[in-house]
Amino acid sequence: MARVKHESRWYPLESEESVLDGLLRQGVAVPNACRAGACQSCLMRALSGEIPEAARVGLKDTLRTQGYFLACVCKPIVGTELEVAGADALRVPARLESLTLLSESVLRVCLSTAAPFDYRAGQYVSLLREDGLARSYSLASLPREGLLELHVRLVPGGAMSGWLASEARIGDTLAVQGPAGNCFYVSGRPEQPLLLAGTGTGLAPLYGIARDALESGHTGPIWLFHGARTPEGLYLMDALRELAARHSGFHYRPGVLTGGSRDVAEGALDVLIRAECPKPVGFRAWLCGDSGMVLSLRKKLFLSGLSLKDLHADAFLPSAPRVEPVGAR
Amino acid sequence: MSTVAHEKSVYEQIGGEPAMAAAVDVFYRKVLSDDRISHFFEDVDMERQAAKQKAFLTMVTGGPSNYSGKDMRAGHAPLVTRGLNETHFDAVVEHLRATLEELNVPAPLVARVLAIAGGARADVLNR
Ligand SMILES: Cc1cc2nc3c(=O)[nH]c(=O)nc-3n(C[C@H](O)[C@H](O)[C@H](O)COP(=O)(O)OP(=O)(O)OC[C@H]3O[C@@H](n4cnc5c(N)ncnc54)[C@H](O)[C@@H]3O)c2cc1C
Ligand code: HEM
Ligand code: FES
Repeated sequence: MARVKHESRWYPLESEESVLDGLLRQGVAVPNACRAGACQSCLMRALSGEIPEAARVGLKDTLRTQGYFLACVCKPIVGTELEVAGADALRVPARLESLTLLSESVLRVCLSTAAPFDYRAGQYVSLLREDGLARSYSLASLPREGLLELHVRLVPGGAMSGWLASEARIGDTLAVQGPAGNCFYVSGRPEQPLLLAGTGTGLAPLYGIARDALESGHTGPIWLFHGARTPEGLYLMDALRELAARHSGFHYRPGVLTGGSRDVAEGALDVLIRAECPKPVGFRAWLCGDSGMVLSLRKKLFLSGLSLKDLHADAFLPSAPRVEPVGAR
Repeated sequence: MSTVAHEKSVYEQIGGEPAMAAAVDVFYRKVLSDDRISHFFEDVDMERQAAKQKAFLTMVTGGPSNYSGKDMRAGHAPLVTRGLNETHFDAVVEHLRATLEELNVPAPLVARVLAIAGGARADVLNR
C-alpha cells in the first residue's frame, strides 16, 4: 500500500489506484476532467516523495523542477509515501468579460486576468469555476489582444459549457491555470508550408496559430482545414475568408461530411487534405479537436512524409465520469 | 583532451543522439507502412512508440543501452504469443538495412549493425 499526505492528513491508496482517485474516493476535492493525463486540470505538487516519470509526461521543465505532477496518472510504488499539495499557486483569477454565440453550438468566451498571463496562441488552459469544476480550453487569442479568447462547444448536459451558456454572468470570477501544450507557432523558418487541421472547436487553437504566423511575417503557404459534420458546425467563416482575402498565402478550406455547397467542400477531412496537399513532406502541422480524428490524421500525415518533430496535436479528450466519495451513495 | 583508444560505435560514427531522431522517422514510417508487421506497432500513442523505436535503433547501432538479453526476451514475449516469427524478424531487419542506406551510412557500418540485430534473433523470438 502507498500513502499520500495532504493538508496534514494521511490517505491510503489501494493497489493500482492513482493519487487523484484515492483522494477523491476519500473526499478530498481535486480539480480534474479527462483523468487520462491530457488536460492538466489535476496538477498537484509533491512536497516530498518519489514521482513516477509517467505522471510528468508533457509537463514543462519549470513545473517539473518544482515537483508538479498529474495526479490522475500518478500511481506511486507500493510501500512509498508521498506528500502533496494543490496547484493553487499556478492559478490566476480571471474575470468573465463577454459571452457571444459564434454559431448555434459554439460560444466565444472572453476573459481578462488581473495579472499578466504569459502564453502562446494555440496553447490551452484549465478553466476553473469557483466550486472547483475544471475543463480545458484552447486559446484562440493572441497575447497582444489583451483578453483571453476561448471557443466552447455547447455539449448537451455539459457541466462547464452548460453553465457558461445559461448561468454565467459578465463579471463573474473564475480562474485559469496554465498555459500548457505544444500547439503554437514557432518562428525561424518563415518559408515552411504550414498545415492546420481541426474539427469543431478544434478551430480555436488553429485560429490563434494562423493569425500568430501571419503577424510574425510567415511567408510560406498556410493551409487551414476546418471540418464539421454539417454546415451548422462551421463558424468564423466570414472572418477566415476575410483573412484569406488579405493574405494570398493563407488558404481557408472548410469541409463537411454532408450538406456541402459551392463554398464548402464535402468529404472526410483527410481526403480534403490529400486533395490539396498531396505531398506534405517538409510541412509543419497542427491537428486539434476530436481525439479519434486527431490520432488518425497524425498517423496518415506521418506516413505521407511529415516528420514527427513537425507534428503537433491536441486531442480534446472529454471529461471522464466522476468517482463518488465513499458513503455518498 | 586525452584520446581513448577504442573503436567508435556505429552510433557515434553516424552522429549519436541527434542522428537517431532522423533515423526513427524513416524507420518507423517503413514499419508502419508494412502490412506484414504494422499490427505489432499500432500503438495509438505515437510518441511512446517512437521512443521505443529510438531505443531499438540505439541498441542495434551500439549506443548507450541498458537492455539485457533477458529484457529482450521479456519485452517481446507478448508479441511471440501474438505470432511473432522469423518472417517478421527478417522484415524488421530489412527495414533497418533500407533505413541506414537511405541515411547514407557506409556499407561496412551497415553490416555491423545488421550483425548486432541478427544476434538478437533468439532472444526476440524467445527461442
Ligand atoms: C487539451 C484540451 C483542450 C481542449 N480545448 C477545447 C476547446 O478549445 N474548446 C472546446 O469546446 N473544448 C475543448 N476541450 C474539451 C473540454 O475540456 C471539455 O471536455 C468540453 O467542453 C466538455 O465539457 P462540459 O463540462 O461542457 O461537459 P461534460 O460535463 O464534461 O460532459 C457531459 C457528457 O458528455 C460527454 N462528452 C463531452 N464531450 C464529449 C465528446 N467530445 N465526445 C464524447 N462524449 C463527450 C462527457 O463524457 C459527459 O458524459 C479540450 C480538452 C482538452 C483535453
Ligand atoms: C532485430 C532485433 C530487435 C531488437 C534489438 C529489438 C529491440 C527492442 C527494444 C530495445 C525494445 C524496447 C523499447 C522499450 O520498451 O523501451 C523493443 C520493443 C518492441 N519491439 Fe523490438 N527488437 C527487435 C525485433 C523486433 C521485431 C522483429 C518486432 C516485430 C515485428 C519487434 C517489435 C517490438 C515492439 C512492438 C516493441 C514494443 C513493445 C511494447 O509496446 O512494450 N521487435 N524492441
Ligand atoms: S490530466 Fe489529469 S485529469 Fe486531465
